[in-house]
Amino acid sequence: MRVLKEMLRQPSAVFGLLVVVTVIVLAIAAPWIAPFDPDNQMFDGLTLEGAPMPPGGQFLLGTDTLGRDLFSRLLYGARTSLVIGLVANGIAVAIGLLVGIVAGYLRGFASSVLMRFTDLMMAFPALLLAIVLAALLRPSLWIVAMVIALVNWVQVARIIYTETRALSERDFIMAERSLGAGHFRVLFLHILPHLVPTAIVWGTLGIATTVLLEATLSFLGIGVQPPQPSWGNIIFESQSYFQAAPWLVFVPGFVILLTALSFNLVGDALRDILDPTQRGRN
Amino acid sequence: MTSPETAATVLSVRDLSVDARTPEGLKPVLRDIGFDLASGETLCIAGESGSGKSVTSLAIMGLLPKASLRVTSGEILLGGRDLLKISNRAMRQVRGGEIAMVFQEPMTSLNPVISIGAQLTEAIRAHQGSENAEAVALRMLEAVQITEPARRLQQYPHELSGGMRQRVMIAMALSCQPKVLIADEPTTALDVTVQAQILTLMRELKTEFGTSIVLITHDMGVVAEMADRVLIMQGGRLIEQGSAVAIFNRPEQPYTRQLLAAVPRLGAHAGTDGPPRITPQPAQPPAEDRTPIMNVQDLRVTYGSPASRFLKGKPQVHAVDGVSFDILPGQTLGLVGESGSGKSTTGKAVLGLIPSSGDVLIDGRNIAGLSQREMRPVRRSAQMIFQDPYASLDSRMAVGAAIAEPMVIHGIGSKSERQDRVADLLRRVGLTPDAATRYPHEFSGGQRQRICIARALAVEPKIIVADESVAALDVSVRARVLDLMLELQETMGLAYLFISHDMAVIERMSHHVAVMRGGKIVETGTRREIFEAPSQEYTRALMAAVPIPDPELYQKRAGAN
Repeated sequence: MRVLKEMLRQPSAVFGLLVVVTVIVLAIAAPWIAPFDPDNQMFDGLTLEGAPMPPGGQFLLGTDTLGRDLFSRLLYGARTSLVIGLVANGIAVAIGLLVGIVAGYLRGFASSVLMRFTDLMMAFPALLLAIVLAALLRPSLWIVAMVIALVNWVQVARIIYTETRALSERDFIMAERSLGAGHFRVLFLHILPHLVPTAIVWGTLGIATTVLLEATLSFLGIGVQPPQPSWGNIIFESQSYFQAAPWLVFVPGFVILLTALSFNLVGDALRDILDPTQRGRN
Repeated sequence: MTSPETAATVLSVRDLSVDARTPEGLKPVLRDIGFDLASGETLCIAGESGSGKSVTSLAIMGLLPKASLRVTSGEILLGGRDLLKISNRAMRQVRGGEIAMVFQEPMTSLNPVISIGAQLTEAIRAHQGSENAEAVALRMLEAVQITEPARRLQQYPHELSGGMRQRVMIAMALSCQPKVLIADEPTTALDVTVQAQILTLMRELKTEFGTSIVLITHDMGVVAEMADRVLIMQGGRLIEQGSAVAIFNRPEQPYTRQLLAAVPRLGAHAGTDGPPRITPQPAQPPAEDRTPIMNVQDLRVTYGSPASRFLKGKPQVHAVDGVSFDILPGQTLGLVGESGSGKSTTGKAVLGLIPSSGDVLIDGRNIAGLSQREMRPVRRSAQMIFQDPYASLDSRMAVGAAIAEPMVIHGIGSKSERQDRVADLLRRVGLTPDAATRYPHEFSGGQRQRICIARALAVEPKIIVADESVAALDVSVRARVLDLMLELQETMGLAYLFISHDMAVIERMSHHVAVMRGGKIVETGTRREIFEAPSQEYTRALMAAVPIPDPELYQKRAGAN
């Protein structure tokens, strides 16, 4: 409650929060709001020469090269992209946090094994790994989300590992141990809260990258399968018509940008509000 | 030596005011500071943290962080020019060329990836052109009396000791023959014996180069040793100025008197066996029990690993090398030594916080080989207070929760009982119970250390290891925290293992003293034995190096030479 109240005091956070809530509501309500079936290739949707319709008129944001309504596709695409950006990215951050914090706190053999595995994952081209995984498992939205999570946790793990190591050298951790605190207490009550800002920043930055990674996978035919729309694959499907129909790239591009920016704004505000040393400032 | 009255004024500060930009608006940091620096004079600016002494020096150097601090009025005159009005380009020539600065921490003010020679010649080239820069650099290193100066030019900062690094910083500052040298706490990060050498060097160089020195320090002992004149600052104002002898012998302002009274003087407790009494009546009679609360036998801490058949191993360093001592209930053992002597390592090892060998008996239980879990009951009787109170408190945990935590860990009391006890502990260390809901950053250094003491007391320990627990505090605050520790000892019968580099503080606090050097205890005995009749040369050297807050003594000595 306090968090929400403080957030409402910052204009940028209010803006971010509004956009995020709007996007989520639109995604959930897509079937009731969408003016057309997103997969319906309409005869009206193309000009007599067979070119997509520009924005305005009957189709609010124009149509794509197959005559489908762009606005409807964006609404349904929001569902896909939010699952990728929130769920897949969330899982990635969670795995990264767990691996990083355990490896950073434990030291010794277990830590070496975990971090060498992380390094191996980092050295391995993410896209190649995603292709292999996606080829082994039949692509569907949730499989794609899992694949993205499995590829994206490594950077988070690396950063969290370094921070945890630095934190466990700090005096207050030594002080906790001298009080008799066990590992569990030190890890979850004293180290984890200090990692929250990093996790929030990486989590919000990851939303844009994962949405675009999904688009790349779609482009390669191993992402979300057509005709199901996602913001990423709307851009990729129409990129060769960029000059003839620029709205097909700009509109979804702008939507991704705006959403990612809003999550970042909310994340930044959240980070400051949760930090007691920042309380009472601003 | 030129007498300050007749000498020309080199630097003159008039009505200097500086504001800080804070979220709540502009806040005054300096108010109407004015003083003159005479040629060949050493002027000490003394004050506690937050008094504005460092801001004054940064303002003179034109190095105030523009985003947060702004000069609102006043002038700084150097050779007839107002430094606040000249261009950045002209100011760059002044910095290093006419006014040079030496900072507190020589490691962080030298660039770790550039050789000493390159850093020295860079400054010389910038102000004097590039011919003979190498030769000048070598001559400067000779002037600061560094051993093997030619070899040092090729070395990197990490290869030098702290004292040598500070000598390099001074060489760099003096290389362009500045008129004014500003030294901001130049010896605070150094050991006492090294501090004594650096201060002597600065005095010699002052006469050799004819430089005026502005020395900023919190240490009244250093002031007495160095100053011709003294400025006392408090809360951004200049509250008193005068000759060193006048300030020390006839302080006019109450604050100055208080500052001087708080300075611990070596030998102040000569002729007594224990620390001064704080409470009128001891609540518990002096313990008749002569069984030590802590008994340490042949403690060893080794870093590195021995070579085995498969691994090459790392070079072994004996940080603590066969240390033995006893601490009786209700008494204090002062462990004194310079950096690298192994005193802090000893403090951590006796509480099982770092791996060690040897026997440590706490309240009759041997902690050797105990696991973290098995150690837990022992930790109820032995607690620790660290040097930096802010670093040893979790910044994301409210103070009340931090103090209650040891009770939660050891399963003491119900939630409401713990809350009552937290309030009680806070009162006991001189804070109000409403502190419980606030966070560590909202407190001052001394208050934070009180919080740490309250946390250590929460489980009613019998012994507390205090590792440099007052080193990070201002003198007046330091005296009050020491009094609190003595009072708690008297009322609760606590024993302390009191670790410090400061001989005067050790003298005040201890019943017994152990002097450490290179991982070994070189001398041990009652306080009286150590301070009144030290048998080891090293102990005597440590005591001789402590600056004494009496300027006349130094002037007599200088006259005798």
